Amino acid sequence: MTSIESVSDAPEAWFKLDRDGRKLSMGGAWTIAESARLDRELDGLDLSGTGEVSIDASKISKLDSAGAWLLLRTRRGLEAAGSKVSTFAIPELYQPLLKNLDQERKTEPHRSRIPPGFRGRLYRIGRATTHAGNQSVSMLGYLGRVTVETGEAIAKPQHKMRVAAMFHQVEETGINALPIVGLLAFLIGVVLAYQGADQLKRFGAEVFTINLLGVGVLREIGGLITAIIVAGRSGSAFTAQIGSMRVNEEIDAMQTMGLNTIDTLVLPRIIGLVIALPLLTFYSDIMGLIGGAFMCYFQLGITIPVFMRQLSEAVTVNTLLVGLIKAPVFALVIALVGCYEGFQVERNAASVGMLTTRSVVEGIFLVIVMDAAFSIMFSVLGI
Amino acid sequence: MAENKPKEKDVIIKVRGLVNGFGNKILHDHIDLDVYRGEVLGVVGGSGAGKSVLLRSIIGLIQPLEGVVEAFGQSTLGDVESPEMRQLQMRWGVLFQEGALFSSQTVAENIQVPLREYTKMSQPLMDEIADMKLTMVGLPPDAGDKFPSELSGGMKKRAGLARALSLDPELLFLDEPTAGLDPISANQFDELIKQLQKSLGLTVFMVTHDIDTLRAITDRIVVLVNKKLVVGTIDELRKNDDPWIKDYFSGVRGRAALASEDLASEEAH
Repeated sequence: MTSIESVSDAPEAWFKLDRDGRKLSMGGAWTIAESARLDRELDGLDLSGTGEVSIDASKISKLDSAGAWLLLRTRRGLEAAGSKVSTFAIPELYQPLLKNLDQERKTEPHRSRIPPGFRGRLYRIGRATTHAGNQSVSMLGYLGRVTVETGEAIAKPQHKMRVAAMFHQVEETGINALPIVGLLAFLIGVVLAYQGADQLKRFGAEVFTINLLGVGVLREIGGLITAIIVAGRSGSAFTAQIGSMRVNEEIDAMQTMGLNTIDTLVLPRIIGLVIALPLLTFYSDIMGLIGGAFMCYFQLGITIPVFMRQLSEAVTVNTLLVGLIKAPVFALVIALVGCYEGFQVERNAASVGMLTTRSVVEGIFLVIVMDAAFSIMFSVLGI
Repeated sequence: MAENKPKEKDVIIKVRGLVNGFGNKILHDHIDLDVYRGEVLGVVGGSGAGKSVLLRSIIGLIQPLEGVVEAFGQSTLGDVESPEMRQLQMRWGVLFQEGALFSSQTVAENIQVPLREYTKMSQPLMDEIADMKLTMVGLPPDAGDKFPSELSGGMKKRAGLARALSLDPELLFLDEPTAGLDPISANQFDELIKQLQKSLGLTVFMVTHDIDTLRAITDRIVVLVNKKLVVGTIDELRKNDDPWIKDYFSGVRGRAALASEDLASEEAH
């Protein structure tokens, strides 16, 4: 590694304390290149009990602010140890620099805002807890506001509904997601069929692979995988879009023009995604079943008509509906979190990245929590 | 003219036949420039005239299409991360427009980055130096523990200056140091640079729009106009016939006239 010490060609800095400790002379280049060594050596200097000292720095050939700081520190150290500095000689050239630095107030020790040890840990836990509490309250408030605005929009659609923006979101979050969602759902179908067949073969019950596949994909996996992809794809996009608008003061500009940011930015995204995600989920269900059928055909030799017959015995329309009913709720959660975090962005670029990450994590977290809640609800209802 | 200054002046930056441009647009057409040790050089020009591009090509962030750029007698062209450049980079400090502080680090850590990278200082000494630099640029001591996002624009610039000064450079590049500051902060910043320049013996290369800054602290001014450079002191440039330069400096004349008029009317009362 290159260091400033290794490239410096300045003459070496030195200092010397007289035997009786009454005169401290210094010379050479007191520069940043020398300061690490000087600092160590000056630390070893015995400053105590000298009474009166004269400092002769007149032989210093080069002085920069790091060197000047060491000089001043030494002088202050002498004074603090009870010595009186009687004379202080320094080349004319460097007097302004030294005077400049000396008139500044003495440095105060850094005080960290977080206490150390157990109390610090407690402090952090407390801070995180209040933060989480505040966040929940503010998100609830946000949900309330969005609900009210949505109600108004439904009551007076001609005033509040931005149809073009909404369908743009449907295209953006739904149609443009078709390739990735389709591919992943297909692969999940393949994997599920393959693993299922492998296990069920031991009981000679290969044909039940189709039951596993049908129920698994339609009820749970199709919807969940789609919601997770969309949370990663569109939830993050919502946060990044709204967040960068905040950084650019676009949101402020809209507000000063009297545009309602919920109407213009949030509702099209929420309604757009609520429309797109169930459709996407249905598509993903179909692709998952195709993937499974594909695997059944090649792995188990189950032909498509047999597959269809077994499938129609295994699942009913209800199975599909149970899966699809969850999609609008997932969409609401993803869009709400994505937009909410977007509005939390502060006016710096770093916070866009941070909140985008947070929006994805929270979106996926809430989707899975919601899915679990649905499972409990359905089992209580006996669906 | 300024180029005819006595030969004994130590040339710290030498630019010869520099051509910069993007696509079909040429910004600099074979320009020459000498920056002397110990002077404060101001660079002005219209928006998009290539002031920042000139600065960036001198410090090696932009590769020019043609020409030679030398600092301390060494070429600054080529890979900006090369070991040869590193030796140059230790001898200069750069203040970017918005301060360019590392957002993940506190101000004190920002100032210590070059120290940590290029010196063998102990942590206590680095803390002391960071504190000293903070006071040098007029920031309160508790600013060291803050993150850049907690600072105002003016404080960010001061912190950026403290970081630029942390290796005690001989040469300081400033990109619009007073842009976006209120007049009082801008004046303070001018004073600060002037005072640091005097006490540390710095050479300052400064891109600016601010006529007050130019008048207050620059020794010479470089005007980027019609892809060429016009160099001179403020008084020399006022006599220049170029329409852009005339327009630019007539503002100063107008204000000066206004100020003396005010003075006269005050005396009359």
